[in-house]
Amino acid sequence: MTAGSTPLWRYAAGRLAQAVPLLLGVVVVNFLLISLAPGDPVATLLGEYPAPPEYVAQLRREFGLDQPAPVRLALYAWNVARGELGFSFAYRLPVAALVVGRLGNTFLLMVTALTLAALVGVGLGVTAARRRGSGLDTAATGISLAGYSIPDFWLSQLLVLLFAVFLGWLPAQGIRSVREQYTGMAAVLDVARHLILPAAALSFRYMALISRLTRASMLEAMSQDFILAARARGLPERLVLLQHGLRNAALPVVTVIGYNFAFVLAGSALVETVFGWPGVGRLLYDAILQRDTPVLLGVLLMVSATVVVVNLLTDLLYAALDPRVRY
Amino acid sequence: MVADESAVTPSAAGGREFWRRFRRSRAGIIGLGLVVLLVVVAMAAPLLAPRDPQTTSLVTLNPPGTPGHPLGTDNLGRDILSGVLWGSRVSLTVGVCAAAAAVLLGVFIGSLAGFYGGWADAVLGRITELFQVIPRFVLALLVVALFGSGLWKLIAVIGILSWPQAARVVRGQVMALRGAAYVDAARVLGLRNARIIFSEILPNVLAPVVVIGSLDVAGAILLEASLGFFGLGDPNLVSWGMMLNNAQAHLRQAWWMSVFPGIAISLAVLGFNLMGDGLNDAANPRLGV
Repeated sequence: MTAGSTPLWRYAAGRLAQAVPLLLGVVVVNFLLISLAPGDPVATLLGEYPAPPEYVAQLRREFGLDQPAPVRLALYAWNVARGELGFSFAYRLPVAALVVGRLGNTFLLMVTALTLAALVGVGLGVTAARRRGSGLDTAATGISLAGYSIPDFWLSQLLVLLFAVFLGWLPAQGIRSVREQYTGMAAVLDVARHLILPAAALSFRYMALISRLTRASMLEAMSQDFILAARARGLPERLVLLQHGLRNAALPVVTVIGYNFAFVLAGSALVETVFGWPGVGRLLYDAILQRDTPVLLGVLLMVSATVVVVNLLTDLLYAALDPRVRY
Repeated sequence: MVADESAVTPSAAGGREFWRRFRRSRAGIIGLGLVVLLVVVAMAAPLLAPRDPQTTSLVTLNPPGTPGHPLGTDNLGRDILSGVLWGSRVSLTVGVCAAAAAVLLGVFIGSLAGFYGGWADAVLGRITELFQVIPRFVLALLVVALFGSGLWKLIAVIGILSWPQAARVVRGQVMALRGAAYVDAARVLGLRNARIIFSEILPNVLAPVVVIGSLDVAGAILLEASLGFFGLGDPNLVSWGMMLNNAQAHLRQAWWMSVFPGIAISLAVLGFNLMGDGLNDAANPRLGV
């Protein structure tokens, strides 16, 4: 288990090889849902919108609906592999294009929320660890408990009530103002204004999680010998804290963000629904209202595939930061 | 392999000691108080509620403090207080039953994987990984949308999607214990594997399982509320999530439609989370603080 015993590229190749069966697993789960759902699988693949009979015939052929289950699974996997996720008659668009078109908005929301969560969470955690047992430490604990317990969609509604309905400071709906035609910098600022509330609502839970973890790992790091040594060398306390303490506390933050990606995506779906944010989550909500099942299936598949990729990247980042992982 | 001492927590004889330590945890006591309150409200809902939560009336969107409607009414004139009180039944039933299902499945699968290792362990590992990449909420959403909603369906879906965490913990503990001296002794005495797992190993895994169970209830209540918020709750029952779904369209006119059910969900989830923290402190006394 000596440091660097395995080169990073070999570790990466190993992890990549593990990701492939996971993706297959995701496809199998989707396939099982289609096969087991009550009613005709064609209806499941179509949703409740009228479709031309030629398309129904094409679906039956493409998915081999008169074939035995293993053949159907193979055909389904093949369709997925070439990006054929069905057609949404509610939107008159292929599902893959529809989801990809919405992913950007969801990522914008998620990245903003997670950045916010990391900045505030680390700050809160470090301060709490430095003044352990103080009123601020207690407050930080209270905030993290609230973060675990308050549903993010309700927090979203509260933010809308406070900042949009009562104070009227920020917009409650959408990604940009419909009445104005902003261009350039004004358009960016307009989106930013719409982003504040949903990002705050989505970040709260992860801020809580990160601050709690940062506090714990700071306390642990600060009790280690190398901190003692740094202090003994007469380094200013600020430097000790930032260079030695925080550096070691950074790993859990990377982990929280990376491995909670699936949860953040789910949270984003709920927050988007409240704010009418045109991302994947809102798409999901509308698809349920319209019984647009191909969209539901496509979202599950693409979102899960995204999580596989993000987890892989997290592992690699982690391994790059901490060579001990690559045993 | 040396047994992890922390895994060995006294079971029957240590019950009183466990309770003594639990009482010292302020979080645990507050959590227990909230949980007891929730249980009492759920049981007494028919007595406490001023009226039937489903009954509509002409007094729509009335603010809190309206005579007969202390927390106001919704867009169809239904009483918010009655809805909040009756909704506790759905949250508690789904939360406890789904968590119980998840824990039972998790203990069963986790102990098989931990005790036998090998392919059983490998299969569990892959399935757990799969559950980590498929967002639980999105999958639950899809299952309910395809198969229809209902109290027992919700419990089944949430339970089936929530077992991997318990399985992981049990697997680790069982692995640590299967090489312990007293387990070897049981083996030498000729006890069968099933007997060893059930009467020698599992009692010692109880404490972490109870902790996970409490946190699972919190998670299940949140998930049920989220599904309700997406309009996929049991259509015949009043639930907090569906009340919030209904509130969404009337945020500008009626803040009370959102605020009170939301407080109820948060307190219920907080209660089970805090109780889990307290149980955890009591189960691992050496961690201190």
